[in-house]
Amino acid sequence: MSTKKFSNYLGLGLAVAGILILLILPNMLSQYYVYLIATVFTTALLASSLNLVLGYGGLLHLHHGVFFGVGAYTVAIVMTKTSWPFAVAVLLAPIIAALIALVIGWFCVRLRGLYFGMLTLALGQLVWAIVYRWNALTEGDNGIHAIPVPEFLTSINSVYYTTLVVLVLALIILYVINKSPFGLTLLATRDNPVRSESVGINVKRHRLIAFVIAGFFSGIAGVLFVLVERSVAPSLLFWNKSAEILIMCLMGGLTVFMGPTLGAGILVLLSMVVGLYTEYWLLVLGLLLLILVLFLPQGILGYAMEKYDKRRSIGGEN
Amino acid sequence: MLQVEQLQKAFDGFQAIADAHLSVPKGEVVAVIGPNGAGKSTLFNLITGHLQADSGHVRFKGEEITKLSPFKICHKGMARSFQLINIFSSLTVFENVQTSVLAIHRLDKNFFRPSRKLLVEETLEVLDSFGLYDFKDRSCSSLSYGDQKVLEIAIALGSKPELLLLDEPTAGMSSEETRKIVNLIKRLSQEKGLTILLTEHDMELVFDVAQKIMVLHQGRTIAQGLPEAIRNDKAVQNAYLGETG
Ligand SMILES: Nc1ncnc2c1ncn2[C@@H]1O[C@H](COP(=O)(O)OP(=O)(O)OP(=O)(O)O)[C@@H](O)[C@H]1O
Ligand SMILES: [Mg+2]
Repeated sequence: MSTKKFSNYLGLGLAVAGILILLILPNMLSQYYVYLIATVFTTALLASSLNLVLGYGGLLHLHHGVFFGVGAYTVAIVMTKTSWPFAVAVLLAPIIAALIALVIGWFCVRLRGLYFGMLTLALGQLVWAIVYRWNALTEGDNGIHAIPVPEFLTSINSVYYTTLVVLVLALIILYVINKSPFGLTLLATRDNPVRSESVGINVKRHRLIAFVIAGFFSGIAGVLFVLVERSVAPSLLFWNKSAEILIMCLMGGLTVFMGPTLGAGILVLLSMVVGLYTEYWLLVLGLLLLILVLFLPQGILGYAMEKYDKRRSIGGEN
Repeated sequence: MLQVEQLQKAFDGFQAIADAHLSVPKGEVVAVIGPNGAGKSTLFNLITGHLQADSGHVRFKGEEITKLSPFKICHKGMARSFQLINIFSSLTVFENVQTSVLAIHRLDKNFFRPSRKLLVEETLEVLDSFGLYDFKDRSCSSLSYGDQKVLEIAIALGSKPELLLLDEPTAGMSSEETRKIVNLIKRLSQEKGLTILLTEHDMELVFDVAQKIMVLHQGRTIAQGLPEAIRNDKAVQNAYLGETG
């Protein structure tokens, strides 16, 4: 019991220390790195939202990037095609992302395993095609650039702090959901959908709700993306973006809450470094995936937690 | 409490349930017996909504439930255990039972309260009555086969059912573990007034606990009645002798 408390405090202490470091970091780094870390925050939220469905729900969600793209495009379109205030754009983005998740999810939760995955992919690509083709609304292939944002969000440091605050708040909410009856029940539907049904759980409904929540938070990440980049393009909704998020979750560990955040950090920084030397980022990504699946299927944090748990239980017996 | 009439179910042309009849009176322990492959588990799956019948009726408390999905049937007051262990493998023993307790209280979609503080007493009560209290914080997959089988039933009890279905509750258990289950079944029936429908290959157990027996043979109900009558039934003797030599 006391070791458990200790590890809780350890986790909390690490989180607080981490946040403190992140708060002072912009003063010590060049603008480019501040921008890069803001991108990590955005991506971490995106990956963590996916993990609700992927890791905790056990659903092979292959195209989560779509809701991210929809959120980003919502902000872009509201800010460039209407005279509505920024706040409306920010509110609308996750709501529309969640609505699209509701429609896509409604079909997908009827299927299982790989078929679920294939349908997320197919319907997601459909949304991509719409964004790509609907010139009048989305500017098609060109994307939307120089998206206006409020004055106080124009400096990279303020963007950095905004994305940090939003990420921390969103992670807290996702954590609370994980520890709630909804989260526990989601694990149960992952472990054993048949038994879940027979103890009175509406499994399809439960999965659909998880899918929509994930879409909502992905939409929030889309808002952050616009703050960081000030532009959107259809490639945001293309499937390889989703594959990247999936690999982030796998890399960090599906069963550890902070796993996707770690994975996002590693992949974003790595893609920057790799980009300096070669154009074949996708190839590097493929190799990484191979290594992960073969040697570290539980992910980096998953592996670390296993080691930590083992040491603790051995220590406890002495 | 439960009526099954003219139930039929085929798998790719194989008639697993050809003509099943069953009536379970409130408060009684009823056993369905029959040789391997007779269709007992299939019958259970039809009753609890895990399979859809081709034709026929299942009525529970006077209400037609033939086409309902399993989770709806559970909320109507029917819970079951499975022949093969069917638990939530990554959860603790406590969480396994709590999941079913939360669901029956319709708290499974609650987002913002920590689940470890919800319905704790009710969950512990169930665990205690099954002798699983000391294992509560253990991962359920670390339990012995026998204890997992007990947990299997405890999860069903978490749903606070009026009718409990047990599909071979003692299969693979030691004789001591079996005795524990028998006592448990008697206690649930006598003290809590629970109606129980079970299948078993252990005839000693069946004749010990059942107030009524239904015999299923190649998907057909060939006899149904008091244990004494079943013991002396010619058709039953033929079916069993024919199968088991
Ligand atoms: N999903 C299925 N698809 C095809 N055939 C099935 C299916 N489920 C059961 N069967 C067949 O239906 C018949 C009845 O099976 P069932 O499991 O109901 O028997 P049982 O009486 O429970 O047997 P046991 O005592 O071995 O548990 C068997 O011949 C089995 O092979
Ligand atoms: Mg069976």
